[in-house]
Amino acid sequence: MKRKTRRLWLVITCVAALGTAAGLTLSAFSSNIQLFMTPSQLNAKPPPADRTVRLGGMVVAGSVKRDRKGDTPINRFDVTDGQSAVTVSFEGILPDLFREGQSVVAVGSMAPGGGFMASEVLAKHDETYMPKEVAEALQKSGKWDPKFGPPPNAASWNAMTQKQASASVQGK
Amino acid sequence: MSPELGRFALSLACVFALAQTILPLIGAQRRDRRLMAVAPGLAVGQLIALAASFLCLVNAAITNDFSVSNILENSAVAKPLLYKISGVWGNHEGSILLWAMILGICGAAVAAFGRNLPSALRARVLAVLGGVAAGFELFCLTTSDPFDRVWPAPLDGQGMNPLLQDPGLAFHPPILYTGYVGFAVPFAFAIAALIEGRVDAAWGRWVRPWAVAAWAFLTCGIALGSWWSYYVLGWGGYWFWDPVENASLIPWLSGTALMHSAVVVEKREALKIWTVLLAIATFSFSLSGTFLVRSGILNSVHAFAQDPARGIFILGLLGVVIGGSLVLFAWRAPSLTAGGLFAPVSREGALVLNNILLCSLCAVVLTGTMYPPFMSLLFGKTISVGKPFFDAATVPLAIPLFAVMGFGPMLPWKRAQLWPVLRRLWIAALVTLGAFAVCLWGLSGVLPVLCATFAVWVIATSVTDVTGRVALFRVPLSQSLQRARSLPRSAFGAALAHAGVGVTVLGLAAMSQAQHRIVEVHVGQTESLAGYDWTLTGVKTEPGPNYVAMVATIEIRHNGRIVTVMHPSKRSFNSQNQTTTEVSIHTNGLSDLYGVIGDRHGTDANPTYVLRLHYNPLAPWMWFGALIMAMGGALSLSDRRMRVGAPRRAPMPDAVAAE
Repeated sequence: MKRKTRRLWLVITCVAALGTAAGLTLSAFSSNIQLFMTPSQLNAKPPPADRTVRLGGMVVAGSVKRDRKGDTPINRFDVTDGQSAVTVSFEGILPDLFREGQSVVAVGSMAPGGGFMASEVLAKHDETYMPKEVAEALQKSGKWDPKFGPPPNAASWNAMTQKQASASVQGK
Repeated sequence: MSPELGRFALSLACVFALAQTILPLIGAQRRDRRLMAVAPGLAVGQLIALAASFLCLVNAAITNDFSVSNILENSAVAKPLLYKISGVWGNHEGSILLWAMILGICGAAVAAFGRNLPSALRARVLAVLGGVAAGFELFCLTTSDPFDRVWPAPLDGQGMNPLLQDPGLAFHPPILYTGYVGFAVPFAFAIAALIEGRVDAAWGRWVRPWAVAAWAFLTCGIALGSWWSYYVLGWGGYWFWDPVENASLIPWLSGTALMHSAVVVEKREALKIWTVLLAIATFSFSLSGTFLVRSGILNSVHAFAQDPARGIFILGLLGVVIGGSLVLFAWRAPSLTAGGLFAPVSREGALVLNNILLCSLCAVVLTGTMYPPFMSLLFGKTISVGKPFFDAATVPLAIPLFAVMGFGPMLPWKRAQLWPVLRRLWIAALVTLGAFAVCLWGLSGVLPVLCATFAVWVIATSVTDVTGRVALFRVPLSQSLQRARSLPRSAFGAALAHAGVGVTVLGLAAMSQAQHRIVEVHVGQTESLAGYDWTLTGVKTEPGPNYVAMVATIEIRHNGRIVTVMHPSKRSFNSQNQTTTEVSIHTNGLSDLYGVIGDRHGTDANPTYVLRLHYNPLAPWMWFGALIMAMGGALSLSDRRMRVGAPRRAPMPDAVAAE
């Protein structure tokens, strides 16, 4: 085999492998990327039911309810970003670090009958820390600025206006 | 006093490291033998100073010196001794010190085992290692001092996260770090070769053992981490495709490619520039992976910047190491003589294919890991890429890799014909066909079936490779044994490592068929899963040293015969307002029965408990396979050819002058 043909073989293999990799990556991206949404975004523009999204916010205090479907336990709780709230239902065991009034990320999709069906609930962090996405969402909604200390009590958020929020933060 | 001694020793190590960088480099450039000869001594001195510093920190942890803020934040009097020691590296500051110390060990190892290297090459390798070490020691001293004091010293520390108090996690970081840091040695060899302008077969031979050793440690470290997340976190899975996990997988993939391309350099003096680039890339991935992800740099541009100085230092260090080495590469690589091209069907051709596929996989994982942070940095969009993406994008690339793994090692060097090799593999092909039939019947999904089939193919061909080399059953058994004894151990090692990959992939493929159920039951109620009957026979409360545990008793029966009784529990720690889940796992080697107890509901008179029950087929094989891979690496390291008689470099005029 001539030198040129050998080089051609090498180039063809490289291009084929990298092309396949790029193609696979793009097709996987287009169908598997999970957008992060806040409860207000989700309520304003619900994604199609076949689309997996990550819903992040604070668990509204006192909103956690247990239910059963046959032998399967179902947890329902409200997640809020201070503007509006979404009811999440989740089949399974809530993680050890799940707490009312603390931040949570629910991975799932819109249920056909309304509400959000989570296939996974992430509450990985301790009480002084929250997932980056949740912190950003809270800042965007103007309910909390990390510069002024820990987040205010989530129980009061639904009712709270932005003015009260900054007042309660400065009062600390 | 001892923390100050520790800090002094660390400063001393930093000075040694700086001297180790500058003096040998000047010496190698001027061909001054005395200056070159100081490098090994400085490397050993640096290690002694680092070890002293590390021991001071361990001592502070053991003696409960809560005036050291690092100990105060991560330890407590009541903590068991093992976790007091492992807690030293369970936090940012301590882990940087551990990192530096392992780098020191690598330097001292090059000094000790590298006596037969040409003195200029050894001086330059040690200088590069010293430079990297100096960077980390400076980072440790200036921005993350593990010996910082607090005043007044409290009586008790704040304790350690109970999740981290586990023997698996105690040894996971040192092993993983040894893997990461080990790739600094091939990196240093690559930089030294670029400065020298010379890469030859001997260079390939010197680099390979270091790459294999680092790879074996990294393999063990990844497996240990995955096993920990399986049996401690209690979510039933083993790999989350979390950025931290990917940060270890990316250098593993490129390191595997490096290990293989170094063989081509050694045997055929080809792929030289590529191997140098891979060595640089692998260490860069190790560095940036750990430091960008673990220290939260990518997050720190947002709300949670803990210490901006730290982030800037890390970015600067990464820029100098990675950017500097790439600039050097761009400048010097053209001066390296290119190796010959070769036939596509040959051992080296198969190794090139291995490299192309591994690097494509590496690129896919890298893209998936880096895309979300870049999207949020550049466009402010928060997205996340998880398991579905990685499954869809990596598995189709991995399958051709497994296919080539089967016949690649059996192709002869230089020029080969595919047909004779494939004819030798007919038994393996038959076994694989049989496995394919079994998989079609037993597994659901296209990718799991293909993965499992090719896993069997990899194992079968590895066995064929070894039996073919010792001519088993073709000659008398005693003669076969004779042949096995004279066969180089690296051949066994490679076959063993390949078989390990097959075992791991079989485990992964079978785990895609794992079943689980979440049920809420009364005491005495029976649920069935995967042919087993799981009965909750009782739940009791047991006090522990610093927690209260709710312990369930689950009896598992198969066809009426009792298989096992498991006791999963849930611990509530009173001090930290935290609960942990203690999984109970019963394994028979072929499958795991995995039970988790969740919350208690219902009235006190009639309580119900949430249980999560998993049936995980072939789960232990995933980690067992990784262990086999690492053993394969260790076996080829024990090959005499790797250690003795390797360094015989063709003389070159100026190299002779240097010696």
